[in-house]
Amino acid sequence: MELIGLMFLALIFLMPLGANIYGRTRIRKLMITSAQTQSEESVKQHSLTAFHGLFMSMCVLLPALVIILCWLAFAPMVISSLLVSEISRLTGETDPRLLSIFVSKLEALYEGVLKAEFVEPEVRQALGYYSALIARANIFLYVVAIFTAIAGFVISARQISPRFAARDKVEVIIKRLMQLASGVAILTTIGIILSLAFEASRFFDVVPISEFLFGTHWSPQIAIREGQAGGSGAFGAIPLFAGTLMITFIAMLLAVPIGLMSAVYLSEYASKRLRNIAKPAIELLAGIPTVVYGFFAALFVAPFLRNNGSVIGLELSSESALAAGLVMGIMIIPFISSLSDDVINSVPQNLRDGASALGATQAETITQVILPAALPGIVSAILLAISRAIGETMIVVMAAGVAANLTANPFESVTTVTVQIVMLLVGDQEFDSAKTLAAFALGLVLFFVTLMLNVLALYIVRKYKEQYD
Amino acid sequence: MKRDGDMTLSTPKIKSSGIIVEYDGKRALHGIDLDIYPNEVTALIGPSGCGKSTFLRCINRMNDVIDNCKVSGRLMIDDTDVYDPEIDVVELRARVGMVFQKPNPFPKSIYDNVAYGPRIHGLTENKDDMDRIVKKSLKRAGLWDEVRERLDDKALGLSGGQQQRLCIARAIAVNPEILLMDEPCSALDPIATSIIEELINELRERFTIVIVTHSMQQAARVSQKTGYFHLGNIIEYGETNDIFTRPKNEQTEAYISGRIG
Ligand SMILES: Nc1ncnc2c1ncn2[C@@H]1O[C@H](COP(=O)(O)OP(=O)(O)OP(=O)(O)O)[C@@H](O)[C@H]1O
Ligand SMILES: [Mg+2]
Repeated sequence: MELIGLMFLALIFLMPLGANIYGRTRIRKLMITSAQTQSEESVKQHSLTAFHGLFMSMCVLLPALVIILCWLAFAPMVISSLLVSEISRLTGETDPRLLSIFVSKLEALYEGVLKAEFVEPEVRQALGYYSALIARANIFLYVVAIFTAIAGFVISARQISPRFAARDKVEVIIKRLMQLASGVAILTTIGIILSLAFEASRFFDVVPISEFLFGTHWSPQIAIREGQAGGSGAFGAIPLFAGTLMITFIAMLLAVPIGLMSAVYLSEYASKRLRNIAKPAIELLAGIPTVVYGFFAALFVAPFLRNNGSVIGLELSSESALAAGLVMGIMIIPFISSLSDDVINSVPQNLRDGASALGATQAETITQVILPAALPGIVSAILLAISRAIGETMIVVMAAGVAANLTANPFESVTTVTVQIVMLLVGDQEFDSAKTLAAFALGLVLFFVTLMLNVLALYIVRKYKEQYD
Repeated sequence: MKRDGDMTLSTPKIKSSGIIVEYDGKRALHGIDLDIYPNEVTALIGPSGCGKSTFLRCINRMNDVIDNCKVSGRLMIDDTDVYDPEIDVVELRARVGMVFQKPNPFPKSIYDNVAYGPRIHGLTENKDDMDRIVKKSLKRAGLWDEVRERLDDKALGLSGGQQQRLCIARAIAVNPEILLMDEPCSALDPIATSIIEELINELRERFTIVIVTHSMQQAARVSQKTGYFHLGNIIEYGETNDIFTRPKNEQTEAYISGRIG
């Protein structure tokens, strides 16, 4: 293990560093010799010395890294197929399901999770083979990687010469790295979407899509034992959508006016000193963990609402959409106020001057000139805040409950899509039961809705953004 | 040019006496005494940072919106004391229009830009009135023929020169007595500039115009009076012809012949 760590360190730091120093030294030497030999007309160095060093260290590091990464991706597959054949040789077993169980046991044994007495003797025999395999595999990997690095060193060292365009080469490599990075982000997103869509389609094999989208009864209890009474489960998601919508709506009802007004106040009325204190203070709200908001909702706001509700004759349950929505609204305020504040600030000062020179009061200037100019940005801020609210889980779990009521009464307990995803996935269950798969279907819906909101926000900004300058 | 040469005969429209302006306690204007006469174009010239814009903004109290700015002294428009605490700034700004260096139309339609001032001052009874004012203002600003077909288009879609004329139309739509212009042509090409200069010449009939400019030629072309500012003081003020042909002050001469600034 220590040997491997050292090798890794050498590969990542020492070899590139060495290559860098070598590259610089070499180009300097070459320049000196060329200056001596061609005294009448000296050759001009194409790229700065630093670029030659950088080029060499990249040539040493990057191919080796690629090899290590590929290995990490594919080695588990290779190793487990080797294990399967070894175990089937030892046990004479051919059933692939049993073999894969053996392999899992072996891996657990190797990692020390499983005690040896719970494992079949044949599997225990294979342990030695397994540890030897892993050790050999790692050494093999590093030998290959180091040879690649050396090859990179030799090849790049040959290229170093005064006229060599190291700067351009480095530029190209950096560009490729950037492309790779954005590619990774995009591919991950696509991967997530595909897996969501795939699992959701498996869910829709069991539960018809129309029942899921339009059914009004949600009770995803599945039989634990076969033939258990009442175990079929109902997957009508309307109560969840309605609950999500209601809580989001309540949150927006609170957050939009307060957020917007505080943004206008901060950017148009407040003195610089006040602004410098108040803006970070509001943004602090965004840094509070949502669990804490959940506490606040469940232990303070909900009881408060219930007590005061009874004073004016309202029946409030201890968990209500109202409590969750209000607290979520507070959580959303900084999103709206901070984004809107930026948008309002970016309205050019000369529009303000123009309006006040015409005799508009400050309030007129704000409502008639500044807010219309800032409106696209504000709308997109609100849409982003909505998608944030829809995705929020913790507050709802703690304050609005988990009961899937279909109700329009904000004083009752409701539940949301995200909460149900959590409820579906906690606890032990089969990975391909309808109950688990339903989570993917809900996730897909959630993803689709937030995607649409974001697209809409982008579209509005593009379409209506005024081009000052 | 009917009133040329008889400064003493008409009463000044704007009378500034000892106007001092401080930004954060630092003086930008050291007591400006200046009489500006009605129905003339008065040009303010001088090197950058000498306080021309600052003075111009004193006339319609645009300095009020700058937190760190303090104005003292006396500035009269006709019989109104501009810095009287009792005065209604909204009303003052209806009497004193302003056009800025960079065209700054509102992100609204062409029509709504011009209609904005009359609307907030409640100058019209109905839509027909408003249509008339908009048309008249755009005509006076020499823009009507170019935009009559597209009054509902976005003002930001106009060219820079058109935008600046729109801003002039917007300013004159409230029928002010005075029009302040701070380098109104500095963002425009020569053709748009000459259109606006002609316009200024025509507008002089109805308005008292004060224009800040960096172009000597422009000052000579459009103005009847010229004031030369230097480091927060007014060095020389008089008939434009005199200032440009026989300046009394050495500094003025140096500036207009291109040796300072
Ligand atoms: N908002 C402000 N805060 C602080 N100082 C200011 C402010 N505005 C102007 N000043 C200062 O006041 C002085 C006069 O500025 P002003 O803008 O009036 O000059 P100007 O003659 O219009 O110059 P220019 O020809 O470059 O427009 C300058 O020294 C400037 O730095
Ligand atoms: Mg200026």
